Amino acid sequence: MLLGYALRRFGVAAVTLFVAVTLMFVMIRLVPGDPVQILLGPRATPELQARLTAELALDQPLLRQLLIFYGNLLQGNLGVDVFSGRPVTLIVLEQLPHTLRLIFASVLWSVPIGILLGAYAAARPNTLFDRVSAVISVGVVAAPAFVVALLSLLLFSVHLRWFPAIGAGEGFWDQLRHLVLPAFAIGLSWIGYIARIMRASMLEVMGADHIRTLRALGVAERPIVLIYALRVAVLPVVTIIGVGVGFLLSSAVFAEIVFARPGIGKLVIDAITTRNYPIVMGAVLMSTALFVTATTVADLINAMLDPRARAGK
Amino acid sequence: MLDVTRSSPPIASIRGLQVAFCTEDGPVLGVKDVSFDIHPGETLCVVGESGSGKSVSSMSLMRLIDYSGGIIQKGELLFDTGAAAPVDLAQADQALMRQIRGNAISMIFQEPMTALNPVFTIGHQLTIGLKLHKGLNSQDARARALELLQQVRIPEPDRRMTQYPHEMSGGMRQRVVIAMALACEPKLLIADEPTTALDVTVQAEILSLINQLKAETGTAVLFITHDMGVVAQIADRVVVMYRGDKIEEGPVEAIFDAPQQAYTRALLAAVPRLGEMQGTTLPEPMKLVGEAQSTSAPITGTDDVLLKVENLKVRFAVKGGLLRRHVANVHAVEDVSFTINKGQTLSLVGESGCGKSTAGRAIMRLLHPQSGQVILDGQDMMALSKRQLRAARRDVQMIFQDPFASLNPQIQLAEQVAEPLRNFGNRRDPAIMDRVATLFDRVGLPRAFMRRYPHELSGGQRQGVAIARALAPAPKLIVADEAVSALDVSVQAQVLNLMMELQADLGVSFLFISHDMAVVERVSHQVGVMYLGRIVELGPRAAVFENPHHPYTRALMQAVPIADPRKRHLIDSLAFRPIPSPIKPVGHTAEPSQYQQVGPDHWLLTNNHYDAADASQTN
Amino acid sequence: MTVLKSQSRSSQILRAVLRDRLGMVGLVIVTLVVACALFAPWIVPHDPNAMNIQDRLQGPSLQYLLGTDQLGRDIFSRMLMGAQIALKVALPAVFGAMVIGMLLGMIAGFGPEWLDSLLMLVFDTIRSFPTVMFALAVVALVGPSLNTVILVVMLTSIPTYARVARTQTMSLRSADFVMAARAAGTSSPRILAIHLAPNTVGVLAVLMAMDIPTVVALEAGLSFLGLGVKPPTPSWGALLKDGYALIRQTPWLIVAGGLPIIVTTLGFTFFGEALRDAVDPKVKKGR
Repeated sequence: MLLGYALRRFGVAAVTLFVAVTLMFVMIRLVPGDPVQILLGPRATPELQARLTAELALDQPLLRQLLIFYGNLLQGNLGVDVFSGRPVTLIVLEQLPHTLRLIFASVLWSVPIGILLGAYAAARPNTLFDRVSAVISVGVVAAPAFVVALLSLLLFSVHLRWFPAIGAGEGFWDQLRHLVLPAFAIGLSWIGYIARIMRASMLEVMGADHIRTLRALGVAERPIVLIYALRVAVLPVVTIIGVGVGFLLSSAVFAEIVFARPGIGKLVIDAITTRNYPIVMGAVLMSTALFVTATTVADLINAMLDPRARAGK
Repeated sequence: MLDVTRSSPPIASIRGLQVAFCTEDGPVLGVKDVSFDIHPGETLCVVGESGSGKSVSSMSLMRLIDYSGGIIQKGELLFDTGAAAPVDLAQADQALMRQIRGNAISMIFQEPMTALNPVFTIGHQLTIGLKLHKGLNSQDARARALELLQQVRIPEPDRRMTQYPHEMSGGMRQRVVIAMALACEPKLLIADEPTTALDVTVQAEILSLINQLKAETGTAVLFITHDMGVVAQIADRVVVMYRGDKIEEGPVEAIFDAPQQAYTRALLAAVPRLGEMQGTTLPEPMKLVGEAQSTSAPITGTDDVLLKVENLKVRFAVKGGLLRRHVANVHAVEDVSFTINKGQTLSLVGESGCGKSTAGRAIMRLLHPQSGQVILDGQDMMALSKRQLRAARRDVQMIFQDPFASLNPQIQLAEQVAEPLRNFGNRRDPAIMDRVATLFDRVGLPRAFMRRYPHELSGGQRQGVAIARALAPAPKLIVADEAVSALDVSVQAQVLNLMMELQADLGVSFLFISHDMAVVERVSHQVGVMYLGRIVELGPRAAVFENPHHPYTRALMQAVPIADPRKRHLIDSLAFRPIPSPIKPVGHTAEPSQYQQVGPDHWLLTNNHYDAADASQTN
Repeated sequence: MTVLKSQSRSSQILRAVLRDRLGMVGLVIVTLVVACALFAPWIVPHDPNAMNIQDRLQGPSLQYLLGTDQLGRDIFSRMLMGAQIALKVALPAVFGAMVIGMLLGMIAGFGPEWLDSLLMLVFDTIRSFPTVMFALAVVALVGPSLNTVILVVMLTSIPTYARVARTQTMSLRSADFVMAARAAGTSSPRILAIHLAPNTVGVLAVLMAMDIPTVVALEAGLSFLGLGVKPPTPSWGALLKDGYALIRQTPWLIVAGGLPIIVTTLGFTFFGEALRDAVDPKVKKGR
């Protein structure tokens, strides 16, 4: 049953990616002007322009162009860097691990805290803890990652000098030290987000009939909350974490700029300022693929945890 | 079953209980001053309508009330734990309560679909209590759980242990919940409306099961219900509650034969009893206590055909697989034919999923039938274009089950009643509001309600508005889909009488869709019994009720709890009856319904797809 | 039956929001921000774009409440004007997205199944682009400007509104009162207009209030990256961009850019949450 669900889910993901790629193509074409000019910008050499014209098959009918576009993508060909002439795929793949590391670090510290905060608040509704944590979680959601990044840079790097301001560092410990502030900045609003969803979910579950059944059986409150309620309440959060990768990816772009870290965000911004558009498009497509994969995996994990999801849908 | 050893001390004794709930508008009393005893081995029924506080005393005894915002303000909850003196549970701390809950006192609830945790197996949930209270290890607990599943007559207990709740039907889940409650052999079993959410045949099974388990284990049962029929079937003693007070208490025969209090008398008068129309052929309004009886004459109607339905079929596509293809069909309504005469009522009766509501909506073309003919007063409803259909709908109106959902929360009541008038007439006609006012008078609602919003009315009042709306365009036929099922019994009686009165006065016909045999007996001229999408028996009400031919009709009649303690007929077969699936693969051709005439206008389905013996097999 | 004065749903909702303490705080903040945006040109102490080279990079003083930037412009005045830019982007973008999303969502929920599947596929795809990445792609293609930001925000948030409107429409479509309206001969357009739309717009309004912070942040973010509004315009994001460049000289720019974003976000979120609790009391938990 789970296998069937997984196949179906991957099918959906593939279709989504396919449509996304098509939308990108349409978007490029909707912009008035010569696509080669738009994609390569004014600085490209004539040879490159000729090469791209050939690669995009611009002399061919539109539908055929689209097919060639798909063909290139399927071969992992996202075009070439306007300046160096290196394949975009390679350049993006070089930068991707930096971003992934940052996202992973942010998830690692913020998700558990968010879940516990939300669950704890829900288990004690209307107490001081609940109220305070509700305000805090709204508060931290309210702070956009790049604002937190700037403020923490100002406070912890420039003023207190606790953490390095720029770069990704060398060697494990140094890299870790460089990760602290950006991961903090990205994760902070994410904590509030998770906590709020967890709290809402947990409150719903704590009011459910099956929790009353357990109470009527004489089960103590602690196992009710920590085992039976949490196990059900965490399900929507799992799905949200998948969606959240897209959110974190967006925040990572800013964190990479603020802390001058390498990564896919920095790559894109630099490419936009130098009008190196193949890189921009390649990176956007790659991050979309990453996002779609993340939501798919989250749904699969959800299905593993929830017998109903496996059977239904 | 009936003799209660009064000499033995009560197992639980509720003394002067007062419980308040915290709400946004300050504390509200749930029960004011309630006292009663429960003796070992007896079944005590606490009966009352919504808002009577009937659940509050049991929730207090379990101290589960603490979790739903209730505070025990006064009173004692004495419980005999076996120690020298009874313990006052009102003063007990939660640690002590945890030892008692699920062990000495256990509880079953109303909604079996949500009472079990969706992500743990049945086996796991069954063993929780055993491990907790009896200290059993996993292996012993499992063995005992299997035994329990057998005790509640669940087929294939081994396989059930590894299943999840969503893989089981409601009746099966309720059996699991009962097994969980019985796991530690409690002295007192509290059952809070345990059969309200179930179909009547499943209800009969569960009631018999509870009764039999009581006899086997000797546990006392505190049974809470709103249904006087259920009370009559299983109670030894009865406590009647009304608005937080105990109105009356006594042995079940005394309560039914010689009720002392006016409220109890009114309540009992409002309960339709299966069989009480015997000897009559026509429906007539109920005689209620304290109501000015205007028309109590039988309603004759006419013999002119108003609606003729022939070979109606409705199927819903089931989609599945990788590409969400059309893989199967739900045969919701399968070759159904009937006619309704002008000024008369035909009832479609059956259990959930039998297709009765679908049939009602299909003849109004609120959903699209596969095939079939619907002729209303000479007009072919199926042949109408969209525009013509809209105009034709003034002749057929509808009343729904849930009075909360059938009115738009955002629109003033007068406007909602005026809606059909505006659609079928001149939108700006100034006379519309006068007509609405007369309609409000007609259904007995004060004109002041016209400017109100739905949330400001009670359920019965809302149903009145829904009826007014249905009456507005002066329809020839009203489809009443479980129109009184969600109402308290006294309100139900008033609404039923109103409907019959309207029929007598206006000559309107009803297609009355219901699961309640007793109500159907009261209001119908003709009855069609539905099972798995087909009408299995169709005929005049008196013939179908007094001389049922189809085994399913008989099973249904037998399952109805009659509100008379001298007519106890708890069924003895406790085996689980699975209902066959109406889902058939694409391309499945269903055989046409074939009928045999067994009396004047009395028809019996001969296609053999229901077999009482077969149905008792396991799936 | 208690004798109540008849209340329509909207007056009930307003009352519930005002009763909620955090909702009240939110409402006050929202009012302040809107007032700032409306009256900024008259209440700023200095012309926000006037350069005064002698006074550059000054600390806070009575003359310059939050000091001056590298061109000697008054930071406090620029901060006040920033409210105007923020709402100039956020309000039309969110409102446009809401209207279009609601229309498309109701069409998807009420119309034929194939149209629903098609619309949903497109919406799901747009949602599968990480927002900022998508924004960057659009900016790269059409060039940075205030209108680009509005366009991006609308494109990325239409699917959310549409999805909610669709779910709401679908659950209402089979609601008894809609069935009753059909039986009463009400036409489909009229059902959409008087039964479905009024019962959908409340949920979307909540979403709108909750969405404004996201949009404000996105606008500021793009401006911070230099891809939003054009340079002399005093956007909060532009203040942050200058502040980042001058982080070691003056902390005031970052504070002046960051704080209003956080306060605005808080205000709209508190307000939105109170509104949600009022519109859908089911969701209201505790408090």
